[in-house]
Formats: sequence, C-alpha cells, structure tokens
Amino acid sequence: MKEYLPILIVFIFVTGFAVTNIIASHLIGRRKNTRAKLMPYECGMDPVGSAHQRFSVKFYLVAMLFILFDIEAIFLVPWAVVFRELIQRLSRPFVFIEMMLFIGVLLVGYVYVWKKGLFEWNS
Amino acid sequence: MSSLLNSIDFQYVIGALVKIVVFWLLIMMIVAYTVYAERRVLAVIQNRLGPNRVGWQGLLQPFADLIKFIFKEDIIPLSVNKWLYLIAPVVVLVPAMMVLIVYPFGPENVPMPFGAEISSAINWLGSAIGFDWNIKIDTIDLHVTNFNIGLLYVFALTSLGVYGIVIAGWSSNSKYSLLGGLRSSAQMISYELALSLSVIAVVIQAGTLDLVKIVDQQSGAWFGFIPKWNILGLFPAGLIAFIVYLVSAIAETNRVPFDLPEAETELVAGFHTEYSALKFALFFMAEYVNMMTVSVLATSLFLGGWNGPFVSDFKWLGPVYFLLKVFFFLFLYIWIRGTLPRFRYDQLMNFGWKILLPTAIFNIVLASIIGIIFL
Amino acid sequence: MEFTHVLFLAFAALAVVAAFNIILQRNPIYCAIGLIVVLCALAGLFLTLHAQFIAAIQIIVYAGAIMVLFVFVIMLLNVREEESKTDRQKILKVIAVPLFLALLAEVFVVIRLVNNSPPAIASAADNTNPAASLGSVESIATAMFTTYVLPFEATSVLILMAIVGAMLLARKNSKDDFERIEQALTLENDETEQAMQADAEKSKEEVAA
Repeated sequence: MKEYLPILIVFIFVTGFAVTNIIASHLIGRRKNTRAKLMPYECGMDPVGSAHQRFSVKFYLVAMLFILFDIEAIFLVPWAVVFRELIQRLSRPFVFIEMMLFIGVLLVGYVYVWKKGLFEWNS
Repeated sequence: MSSLLNSIDFQYVIGALVKIVVFWLLIMMIVAYTVYAERRVLAVIQNRLGPNRVGWQGLLQPFADLIKFIFKEDIIPLSVNKWLYLIAPVVVLVPAMMVLIVYPFGPENVPMPFGAEISSAINWLGSAIGFDWNIKIDTIDLHVTNFNIGLLYVFALTSLGVYGIVIAGWSSNSKYSLLGGLRSSAQMISYELALSLSVIAVVIQAGTLDLVKIVDQQSGAWFGFIPKWNILGLFPAGLIAFIVYLVSAIAETNRVPFDLPEAETELVAGFHTEYSALKFALFFMAEYVNMMTVSVLATSLFLGGWNGPFVSDFKWLGPVYFLLKVFFFLFLYIWIRGTLPRFRYDQLMNFGWKILLPTAIFNIVLASIIGIIFL
Repeated sequence: MEFTHVLFLAFAALAVVAAFNIILQRNPIYCAIGLIVVLCALAGLFLTLHAQFIAAIQIIVYAGAIMVLFVFVIMLLNVREEESKTDRQKILKVIAVPLFLALLAEVFVVIRLVNNSPPAIASAADNTNPAASLGSVESIATAMFTTYVLPFEATSVLILMAIVGAMLLARKNSKDDFERIEQALTLENDETEQAMQADAEKSKEEVAA
C-alpha cells in the first residue's frame, strides 16, 4: 500500500500552500475599508434583498439524474477493466450482453426522463 | 514507538516529497506561462500586441502579476459567511493540485544525470551525521506514484472540486456569485458524466486504470508506422471517445465556449465575484491546473503519453514529447477561446444531456462490439 | 503498532468528530460539509484496509454525487438554521442518549464477536499479501461480472426505479407539496429577512462610524 502514501503527502503539502496564501493575503494586503467595498457587488447599486433565493427545481432533478448515471458509469469502469480478460475466459457474447442489458434498462429510464421533458430548459 | 517509526519507509516518503515539490514547481511555471501565452495568443488573434513590456517580450509578466496579487487589498465583504468564504478557495485548489501525483510525465527507470554523484553526496552527508542512508538514485521514475485506481483517483478529485465552487457561490451572499456557483456546478456535474463515460473506450483497450500502464501499452505501432495510440484503437470508437472527452473536458473546466458560470457580460465574474487578492489568485490557479489535468489525461489516455520516436533509446525524450502534447492541448484551449462565441444556458444543458451523453453511451456499445470482434 | 494503524485511527477519529459536527451544527450547510468530511474519512479508512476500489467509489458516488444533491437542496430551498423549540425534540433528546449508548454497546459486542470468529480471508492465507489484491478493481470486477451477474443486472432495475421515482416526486404529484413547503418557508423568511435587514443596517452604521 506504499504507493498510496503520496496522496497524504501531497494533501498536506497543497493544503499548506493554499492556507498560507489565504493567511498571507490577509497579512500583506493593505486594508482600507469603505462602505462600498464591504457590500456585495451589484454593479454599483446598493444590494436589493438577500442573495439567497430559491431556484428552479430542475437543478435538483439534474443532480438526482447525475447520481443515477454516475452509478452507471461506476459499474461500467470495472467491466471495461476486465473486458479483455473476460472475453478470453468466458464466451464473448456473454460479456457483451450482460453489459448491454444493464445499459439497455438504464436507457429506458433516460428516454422516459427525456419524454417527460426534463431536458427542456427553456420551458 | 520505535516499531512505528520503523514501519515508515522514510526514504520513500522523502523521495515522494521531493518529486512532489519539483513537479509542483513545474506545474506552477506551466500555469503561469499558460496565462501569459493566453494573453499573447488572444492578442495576436485579435490584432493586438498583448503584454510585452515586463522583460523581453513581456516574459516576466507572470511574476509582475504575482507581485500585484500579493499586494492587492484583501477585501472580505461584511455580508459573507466568513469561514466558508475563506475555505472555498482552498477547497477548489487542493483537489485540483492533488492530481499531480499521478501525472505520468515519463517512463520508469530513467537514467538520472549525475545520479551517482548526488546519491554519494547525500550518503556522505548522512555518514557525517551518523546515519547510513544507503540512497541510490541512478535511475528515477518520472511520476510520483502509480496505483491500481489511478484514473478513478483523478475522477474522485474532479468530483470533489465542485464543492469549492458551490461553497464560494453560496457563502459570498451575492446574487452573481450564487447564480454563477449554481450554474457552474450544474454544468460540471452534467458534463462529468460524458467525461467519465468517454474514457471507457480507452479502459477497454488498456485493461487497467493505472495511468502509467495505460501509457506503457500505447508504445509501438500498428503495421510499423501507425502509432498504437488509443485514439486510433477500436477505430472509430477511440476517435469518437476522444472528441466526446475533449468537449466535455472543456465544459468541465468552465472554459469558452462553456464559460457561462463566469460570463462577464451577465454574471460579472460568476462564483468568484466577491474574491480579491491572493484568494482570487487561488481560483485562477485552480482553473489552470484543472486545464492542465484534463490536458494530461487527454495526452496519456488518447495520444500515447510520453511515447514517440526514439524514446526507448533516449528516455529523456519521453517527458519532452509528453509536455509538447500537453502544450498542444493548452494551445487548443486558447485557440478555441479566441474563436468561438459562448453557448446560451439552455443550449449548454441540452447539448450535454441530449447529444453528448447519448453519444458517449452509444460509443461504449460501439467500442465493445468492435472489441468483441477484434480483441 | 504500524503506521497504517495510526492512519486508520486518525481517519476513524476524523470521521467521529465530523459526525458529531453534523449533529451539533444548526446551519444545514455546515452539516452537509461535515457529512462530506465523514465520507472522505471513510474513504481513507477503506484505503488503509486495502479496499482501493471501494475507497474511490466512496468518494465518487457518495462525496462527489449524492452530497452534491444535498448541497443543491440546501442552496435551492434556501434552508435556514433550524429552530429547536418544540417539546417533542426535548423528549427526543431524552430518548437519544440511551439509544446512542445501546448502539455503542452493540458495536463493542460486534467487535468481540468478530474477534472470536476465524479470519474472514483464511482461504487466501497462502498468498503473500492476500488483502492487497482482494480490494483491487480487477478482483472485484471479475467477481461481479461472473459469479454475481444477477445482482448486478438487478441493480439496473433498481436504478431505473429510482429515475422514475425521482421524476414523479419532483414533477407531478408533489407539486402541491412543493408549493406548500414554499409557502411555509416564506412565512419564516419574512421574520429572518427582517432580522437580516436589521443586521445589515447595523453593519452599515458600524462602517460609517
């Protein structure tokens, strides 16, 4: 497992670098605060209302769909890794069909979502 | 306690640390000069001169910019959520830079110039203070590490990069930031799918996720003259995969023509509107490191990485080829920025979900059919 | 004591601390960040246990996809700090402590049982390092696409159901529910907005001063 140790090393190194930058910016940069500087930027006007507003439910649906297709991608990766090995050992159509069944079922879901109009962003 | 110390391979740790620092410096230089090159090339495309005053042809411009960044005023607006606002740039930059340990710069066991002299000097230093280090660096591997899940490691870190953008947008408490953060994250997750699906065609050919092994397998040539790169493998699946990868990689890094999250004309600067000084520089750096990462992936997955003529004889040609290929992609980014207009938001989402994703899925089917027949 | 043991303990401690952070924080976005940290620490735990593929999936699927949904919902609905004033939550607090202790006891019992049972991977003991190759992508993939094909195919149906369910929940039937939630939130928002405006004015005065 030695080869995974650099992950920890690079994490510490890079985090150190980034945090140093934040602190350095705080220490070195001069600060002369005025009212306008400390307000959220809104093209020169005083901000109107809170910035935290609610957004279209579509973003939520996109995130949901992303999870589901991400899981599909995660199943495809190990299949692709052993593809060469399995087509030597097992019957070739079997390796192909087992994944096509999987993709096919998910494509049904994809078509369903499309037909339901999730991808119509202008509506 | 002593058994704990004994279980750590200090020689390996220090070696890895040295390599990380060296590669990190290299990447920082590449990032700095990509920014410079971008400004000059865009200027040429637009019939301007670009920055040419600091140093010969403006070559010292990145350092001038750095100094300026350091001494800029550090503004923290009153309405922000302070802690989240401060950690957001860190959360963006750390995953982006952590990828560097799996960059396959070059082949393994490359003869190190002055390797014997350096190792004997270090060993002499060790014996002078009473340690027997027994260091041998005659040959080095031109990557920090490589492991079984290399490609998944890259994707894991890319998927974590979304949070920095979301947190930055949310904590800034500014409408532009929030809209930019939301758009950016929705866009990134939409195109991440096509990105991870497009590499399947490569993994089918390589049979491993280890980046170094993937590059190794692309050495040699078909019929003696066609390089055995994955882009040409399983023809045409490899080529389609490459195109899907390239498009979704540009979208994933929020670059033109997919730069809606920071569309200047409508969102000021997107999620980093409220950031200034070095905090802004961190976002900027992260964007270019991410560009570098997708270029490195494109090079090593599709274009044969460090492979090229005479690499087996002169191993130091490996990193040269590798960097040239990476620079080609970075130039492509700049070229596209100078040429293409920006997508509209609905066009962008439609393109990702209705065109790119089905193309990526059908390309997997195509690749496996060709693989079943010919592998 | 080896270095991997130290790492394991460190990741475990991080997971526990971050988990407590999830419960104790009031602001939902801090809770979400706490959960992300827990999931990353779990990935670290898996890595120290030689389960590399699971570690990667833990980050990609849980931390990188499911938590994005959480954060989206928090940003989308503009959920503010939860208020715990009702009596019911006081009762919950009383119940929570013995439940927590019971769970802790269960964990210790399980650990004892596992310690008493024969090692799980005894069959592979003749290999030099059985654990190292057991968690690799290749070994998991080979098992999944040969022995366990049926569960794998069943997963696709499960995901399909999730896709259909997500669409139904968000689009059709619960549209009224969504509006009701929105209404409820606007009621609360009026109060909080007033408070925020007061805050903003106070800060403006401070700056002016």
